[in-house]
Amino acid sequence: MTWLRRLLLLVAVLAVLVLGWMLFGSGGRPTPPAASKVAAATLRDPALIAKGNYLAIVGDCAGCHTAQGGARLAGGRSLPTPFGNIPVPNITPDRETGLGDWSFEDFWQALHSGKGRHGELLYPAFSYTSYTKVNRDDALAIFAWLQSLAPVRQPDMLPALAFPYSVRKSLAAWRALYFKEGEFKPDPAQSVEWNRGAYLVQGLGHCNECHAARDTLGGTPQDVHLTGGQIPMQNWYAPDLSTRRNGGLEGWSAQDIVDLLKTGQSGRGAAFGPMAAVVSGSTQHMTEADLQAVATYLQSLPPRAPVAEPSSPFDTKALTEQGGKVYAQHCAACHGKSGKGVAGVYPPLDGNSSVTEPTGINATRMVLLGGFTPVTAANQRPYSMPPFAQQLNDGEVAAVVTYIRRGWGNHASIVRAEDVSRYRHTPID
Amino acid sequence: MMTNAGSCPAKSFRVAALLAAALWFGAPARAAETADTPRIPDTLQQRIAACTTCHGVHGEGTPGSGYFPRLAGKPAAYLARQMQDFQNGLRKYAPMEYTVRQLPPAYMREIAEYFAAQQVPYGRSPLPPVSAATLQRGEELIGKGDPARRIPACASCHGSQLTGVEPSTPGLVGLPYDYISAQLGSWRTHTRATVAPDCMAEVANRLGESDITAVAAALASRELPPDTHAQPAGSVTPPLRCGVLGATGGTP
Repeated sequence: MTWLRRLLLLVAVLAVLVLGWMLFGSGGRPTPPAASKVAAATLRDPALIAKGNYLAIVGDCAGCHTAQGGARLAGGRSLPTPFGNIPVPNITPDRETGLGDWSFEDFWQALHSGKGRHGELLYPAFSYTSYTKVNRDDALAIFAWLQSLAPVRQPDMLPALAFPYSVRKSLAAWRALYFKEGEFKPDPAQSVEWNRGAYLVQGLGHCNECHAARDTLGGTPQDVHLTGGQIPMQNWYAPDLSTRRNGGLEGWSAQDIVDLLKTGQSGRGAAFGPMAAVVSGSTQHMTEADLQAVATYLQSLPPRAPVAEPSSPFDTKALTEQGGKVYAQHCAACHGKSGKGVAGVYPPLDGNSSVTEPTGINATRMVLLGGFTPVTAANQRPYSMPPFAQQLNDGEVAAVVTYIRRGWGNHASIVRAEDVSRYRHTPID
Repeated sequence: MMTNAGSCPAKSFRVAALLAAALWFGAPARAAETADTPRIPDTLQQRIAACTTCHGVHGEGTPGSGYFPRLAGKPAAYLARQMQDFQNGLRKYAPMEYTVRQLPPAYMREIAEYFAAQQVPYGRSPLPPVSAATLQRGEELIGKGDPARRIPACASCHGSQLTGVEPSTPGLVGLPYDYISAQLGSWRTHTRATVAPDCMAEVANRLGESDITAVAAALASRELPPDTHAQPAGSVTPPLRCGVLGATGGTP
């Protein structure tokens, strides 16, 4: 960041601070459970709790709110962001360290408005930019389920953010740019199924939080919807989700989408990296009707602008030839000479959007890391791919990735040895 | 190993042969799949290519360098526990944590049993130059421990033949020097741990740096006993309380 940008940001933050002080200076007060408009008996309704359990799985709450090896939903970890580490809170009903003293009103304020119990602005690592679309009934069900869990005592970690992000009130500026509060409004011109899909994708599913590019302030401009982007810190590329012309899922049928979300695999490709965890922990448990609704909605996303055929100043011929040799030696036995894969076992590489996504990161990382396809009820003993990090050097990985990105019907950009070296580390979080 | 069906140059002949085979067995011919689709065996060995690439098809590891540990013949419960420890972040090695992160217990158990059942000869690994006194100190630690520093003998848990004890104590003979010293070191840096009470962490912390060299060198230079299988369960009484053993044993 240059000194000029830093200065401008500082001025903006100071202005926001003054404004923020005027607008939100007094903060807010929590609503004690006893003063809640929601009766305690309502929260104990088994049907409501069961509904909340399902919705919490759809939203994959446990995906973020559980530490590696830690108690489910008890937080105790930090989410790394380009701005610093943000603690993930304990959302079990422990009175001191969790949500035990929270009322539904407090919960709604967090989920819908992105504000803590005392009115403090929450860091948008908690995806309230999406959750604001969740309706009150569903939010109540999730809250009832959370309150029904066994309390776990685990204090939250402390935030570790760089200035000016460490000043919570600076979030007022961020929110003005990127956050529009409001429940999902059904589109009467569309079918019930489409509306259900849109509600799930845009709201609880919070798909756009990964499947859209973030700008330098970590926000997604409000008109950018599911067009794909690199996930900060994790460094995987979450592809564009349009199934129409030039879309990241071009040519995917509704069934392909349902298959991937349900089993972790489809005729067009397999889930891996962070999406593997999403499928295992969340989407495989969704009802057939909800998965169909998601597919219907995704299929309605508009076609995308054509991407110019990448031109390269390098002689790609030598690279591709070398890649062809590596492919024949290490890859063809499973993915086939023509890159068609083996149905239900090894994903195709020809026409696979994860291979041809704009950056080449996904294919690079897959070659380096290998790993198992997602474990789902439909696939409890998945096949796996060898990690090649120990066998192939940067040049060989670049060559084979370039080969599969430009082979058969694929026309993606080349990958260079320097790119491979940048993504050699193994992401755990 | 796998073969690539597509590598056959006489494709039409191959299709005809497969068609004939299909007719012979009365199975429906699926021409679209015969041309280039690799034939993938439905075996555990094929499924766990992510494991065998480094650890070897039979879990032999890389005895020459000690870099990828041997899995063959280690007790199944021990191997399954290691995968679980990687999942929980008790053992830290990013490629392993990444690979096993989502595997369900039943599958991990199956994988563990596969490697536990493998019988491959032990390879000898190079030893660093160590003095006779160092080797003698190592032998002392193996057989007697160091009571003054409350270091129990290796044999008191890992069996009199040091081939491990069922169900979850690994053998120590036949392992490379580098592997053993690296493991003892990783207990001290908390990149290797297991369920509490973590008795091996206590032992590793009572060892001095020179003890680690001594015990690793002595173990790696030992001749293998004729029977390298782990001793039966209950054949030792561990002197420490160990989480992996259901926290049995006493405190010295």
